[in-house]
Amino acid sequence: MTVIQKRADNPVAHLTDEDIELIGKELDALREEVFAGLGEAEARYIRRVITTQRWLELGSRGVLLFAWFPPAWIVGTAGLSVAKILENMEIGHNILHGQWDWMRDPTIHSTTWEWDNVAPAEMWKHSHNEIHHRYTNVVGRDNDLGYGIMRVDEDQRWSPFHLGQPLWNFLNACFFEYGIAAYDLELGKYYKGKKKVDAAFKRDARKVLHKIGRQFRRDYLLHPVAAAAVNPWNLVPAALATLSANVVANLARNIWTHSVIMCGHFPAGVATFSKTSIEGETKGEWYVRQMVGSANITGGRLTHLMTGNLSYQVEHHLFPDMPSIRYQTIAPRIQDLFERYGLTYVTGPLPKQVGSAWWKVIRLSLPNDLFGRVNRTPAADAAVQPELADRAA
Amino acid sequence: MFLTTVPRPTAVPERVGRPRPRPRDLLLRAAGALTTPLLPTDYLDLVDPLRSGAQLRGRIEQVRPETAESATLVLRPGRGWRGHVPGQYVRIGVDVDGVRLWRAYSLTSGPRADGRVAITVKVIPDGRVSTHLVRRAKPGTVLQLDQATGDFHLPATPPARALFVTAGSGITPVMGMLRHHLPSLRDVVIVHSAPTAEAVIFGSELRDMAAVGRIRLLERHTDRDGLLAPEDLERLVPDWVDRQAWACGPPAMLDALEAHWAEADLPQQLHTERFRAQVVVTGDGGPVTFARTGRTVEADGATPLLDVGEAAGVLMPSGCRMGICMGCVRPLASGAVRDLRTGAITTAEPGDGVQVQTCVTAAAGPCTLDH
Repeated sequence: MTVIQKRADNPVAHLTDEDIELIGKELDALREEVFAGLGEAEARYIRRVITTQRWLELGSRGVLLFAWFPPAWIVGTAGLSVAKILENMEIGHNILHGQWDWMRDPTIHSTTWEWDNVAPAEMWKHSHNEIHHRYTNVVGRDNDLGYGIMRVDEDQRWSPFHLGQPLWNFLNACFFEYGIAAYDLELGKYYKGKKKVDAAFKRDARKVLHKIGRQFRRDYLLHPVAAAAVNPWNLVPAALATLSANVVANLARNIWTHSVIMCGHFPAGVATFSKTSIEGETKGEWYVRQMVGSANITGGRLTHLMTGNLSYQVEHHLFPDMPSIRYQTIAPRIQDLFERYGLTYVTGPLPKQVGSAWWKVIRLSLPNDLFGRVNRTPAADAAVQPELADRAA
Repeated sequence: MFLTTVPRPTAVPERVGRPRPRPRDLLLRAAGALTTPLLPTDYLDLVDPLRSGAQLRGRIEQVRPETAESATLVLRPGRGWRGHVPGQYVRIGVDVDGVRLWRAYSLTSGPRADGRVAITVKVIPDGRVSTHLVRRAKPGTVLQLDQATGDFHLPATPPARALFVTAGSGITPVMGMLRHHLPSLRDVVIVHSAPTAEAVIFGSELRDMAAVGRIRLLERHTDRDGLLAPEDLERLVPDWVDRQAWACGPPAMLDALEAHWAEADLPQQLHTERFRAQVVVTGDGGPVTFARTGRTVEADGATPLLDVGEAAGVLMPSGCRMGICMGCVRPLASGAVRDLRTGAITTAEPGDGVQVQTCVTAAAGPCTLDH
């Protein structure tokens, strides 16, 4: 078998080749079953979410024309933040995954969608769908493991730069959409000289700058100017209030999406893989890697909607192109599969998972062997995942 | 000299050349800076999907059963509708079980002051769209619409003597012509085939026209009388050689009629309308055409189209090569492909707007990628 978890206490060591093959077959069958059942109900769902989001954004921006009036600022900013989060998560992320391509509606299609984010959809699809989803949690291949600026696995080499990573992570959260754009451009590699600046990079950089320009002009110039125009007796305060509302809405969206995404692969109990472990990987092994390399978030309907159903990260990683609304219906069967094969379904409420991910960022800012105990998986996590609890000991 | 009481509707010709941007377009472009990455039209569609300037759509206003197997849908087309010539057809995009499917239907409405148009649909066995439209379509539903098109219509100068040979739903384009042009037609014979008298679409309207002597209607009920053979026409319509003829029905009937008219050396007197074939050849592998690259290669049923293209030297977009990243999605212009993961067949005809993941689909018959 080639799914070799690089640690001595490999969480999939007990699985035989046959087990993995059976898991693969079972998941293939489940995928087929769900796709055969897709129909009007799912189509209605995504159209309803899109319509709701558009009215919410339109309404919020309308209210924000009068953002100089504090209650309007509060209502409008909250509405715009929610609208942006819905657009990025349940709508944009999922459409760009091709989850709704089956409807053959050219206006809700992975090849035509552009999202409310400074990262151009085309480039994000490459770095996210192609690199991250294919090489999930493979150290050195999956750039999502720390986004190239952080050390989130014991096997990533420590450098003094990592001492600052709690701060880097906080800044990345605040400016997450720019972080994603820089990351899609692989800016870090060019900066470090690992990649040569060529025509392709320049072309991509121009695309990013163009998109940033359009997004900037909309949020920080035109809407404030529009607010000034409708409040001619109150020009400057009106423009500034709308401007600040847009800044806060973008900030809220950035922090929220960053937090949700951190919960997907950073919390304790999630396995990582070495480059060599995926050579000659079968479909079944790929599935198993997704299963032990992702973590869910528990919560109610609102949590699932606002996370774009990335609260079902495990299910999403198994079937990235499955309409998000179906993840909740297959989750019990996926959990059952985990149980039958003695695998740990990592999940927890949002605050706990965010805390766990942050704790990892903080403790790995220090070298592995600095204080012994520092790098130990906290006892709290032992309850979640007993077989992995002693792995760092 | 004919007196036409109903003016012959004419489709407005498409604008040629690049028109100067209208103020409304300029305004929309400016508004786009406020709505980016969405377009202002995305918001306007929330309010009025049929407005002028929108993607052409139509709203179903009425669903009227015609026979047990057919129904007429009265549509209010969007304001971009350029009108039609009776006998023409329109392509409509309908969401069936969440999937947008496109089909063409003849326009059957007569002249209407209210701008509505009608199509008449007959259920075909295993026809997803026809079954949906006849049995489940609801007033209020918005459909996607194309402009009317087709050459199957009467000439500007109506023929002195006309013959229509139709079968089944082949009556639909002819009904559109009759409802508009009957007052300007002096001598009309219709030979129409249907399984039974009850199965004749527009049966009572046709019989009423015949009763008042406006047309000569020759109904053939094929369950009892058998299929119409071209030779039967000699007996039924002895002066057929003196008539301009329009025929619409199953391909076998049209083939036979064309041969018959050709034999009489009168092919120019017969005009036929073939509803587009719904059957796409499916099999295991087949010739794959990359339309834009202009290359056709033979492919087996197990090799992904992506590999087929690359092997043929076509520059293909690619990504994960395992069906998850959508980096290789290209439009399937026509033909059939098989999903290598599930075995499911996807078929397409021009205009269907079908896109496929080339890394996990293989040819299942002749197919053309718009790439």
